[in-house]
Amino acid sequence: MNDEILNGLLLDEECTLSLGEMSRACAVHAEWILELVEEGILEPSGEEMRHWRFTAPALLRARTVMHLQRDLGVNLSGAALVVDLLDEIQMLRQQLGRMGGG
Amino acid sequence: MEFEDYYEVMGVKRDATQDEIKRAYRKLARKYHPDVSKEADAEEKFKRLGEAYEVLKDPEKRAAYDQLGQNWKAGQDFNPPPGWDAGFEFSGGGFTGAGGGDAQGYSDFFESLFGRRAGGFTGGAGRGDFHMRGQDHHAKVLIDLEDAYHGATRHITLQVPEVDPGGHVVTRKRTLKVRIPKGVKQGQQIRLAGQGAPGLGQGGSGDLYLEIEFKPHPFYRVEGRDVYLELPVAPWEAALGGKVKVPTPAGVLDLKIPPGSTSGKKLRLKGKGIPGKQPGDFYVQLKIVLPPSDSEKARAFYEKMKQELPFNPRAALGV
Repeated sequence: MNDEILNGLLLDEECTLSLGEMSRACAVHAEWILELVEEGILEPSGEEMRHWRFTAPALLRARTVMHLQRDLGVNLSGAALVVDLLDEIQMLRQQLGRMGGG
Repeated sequence: MEFEDYYEVMGVKRDATQDEIKRAYRKLARKYHPDVSKEADAEEKFKRLGEAYEVLKDPEKRAAYDQLGQNWKAGQDFNPPPGWDAGFEFSGGGFTGAGGGDAQGYSDFFESLFGRRAGGFTGGAGRGDFHMRGQDHHAKVLIDLEDAYHGATRHITLQVPEVDPGGHVVTRKRTLKVRIPKGVKQGQQIRLAGQGAPGLGQGGSGDLYLEIEFKPHPFYRVEGRDVYLELPVAPWEAALGGKVKVPTPAGVLDLKIPPGSTSGKKLRLKGKGIPGKQPGDFYVQLKIVLPPSDSEKARAFYEKMKQELPFNPRAALGV
């Protein structure tokens, strides 16, 4: 085992990813990320495609969509609905925790 | 090695039709999908399900598996009989389960029967000048809330498929020591450049993305960078006010409770949440706890309160 301590880059609120980094991190073609943007699943900042910047949570979202497509055969609009509902469930769980129910 | 009963895993009878198997898979896959399910061992169940389906959906593999006989029970010690697969040819086929780029292997049982899956390796290796950047890998790392306050070093063990000199794909364990920076939040990712899959030819290695997940804490609750605690107080502490000790992940702090506090009152300790450029706050919610009336002395005291304090807790309800 290597004993060296690795220092990574924390993808915090200020850190964004390019279209290339997104497609590489998902191991997909950029066209697939493009479809996610067209479907409204991802909302990059920047006008032109080559200036697009994605947030780190967008990467997790894209990967969830990828898993849903691959494992469950969900189509893109179905996956869009699922990730929106997952976000909502997470928000509701937090609210529940705040009320002392969780 | 233990025998895996794939029919049991999928909850179908041994004579189920291919359609029934497909329906059972779809239903269970939705239930145990790690992105959707809240079941504690969803990932493990989903993996086993994917493996079972990989065998049962493929008529060739299913027939070969069935030929092993119905006398095996799940969990029994198992070694494939020699020549058990004679006459079958496995054509591979796509992978449906939880593997993909996430480097999750099949069980030893599966691999002893159907061989290893060459995950992540595409053709072209060793054929002249072929360069390709290695794949990015993703993993989760569980940390304690305290680690987010102070930073920490964590060991992470990854399973990496590799080709050995004989051309077989083997899974190698790789342990990394990673610095968890102070101030991380639940769900944030750390990118480790060059720690993903090795590239081919002169293509560089991929990156490794680590997603941070907090272990559930027995009394703190985390929301973004804010941390919440339900703090038990005695009735007289709430009524008369006073200084009490409060545990926080950063250490024990003194908290002043204003006189006349009610149960459920929220007090904020500014900037005592998870540190960061904009540090979170620490919220304390008071919970008034009654002393037990388990002694003569305590009962006499409650009796005295009843006599001397004119108090109707239900006044607001009109009764």
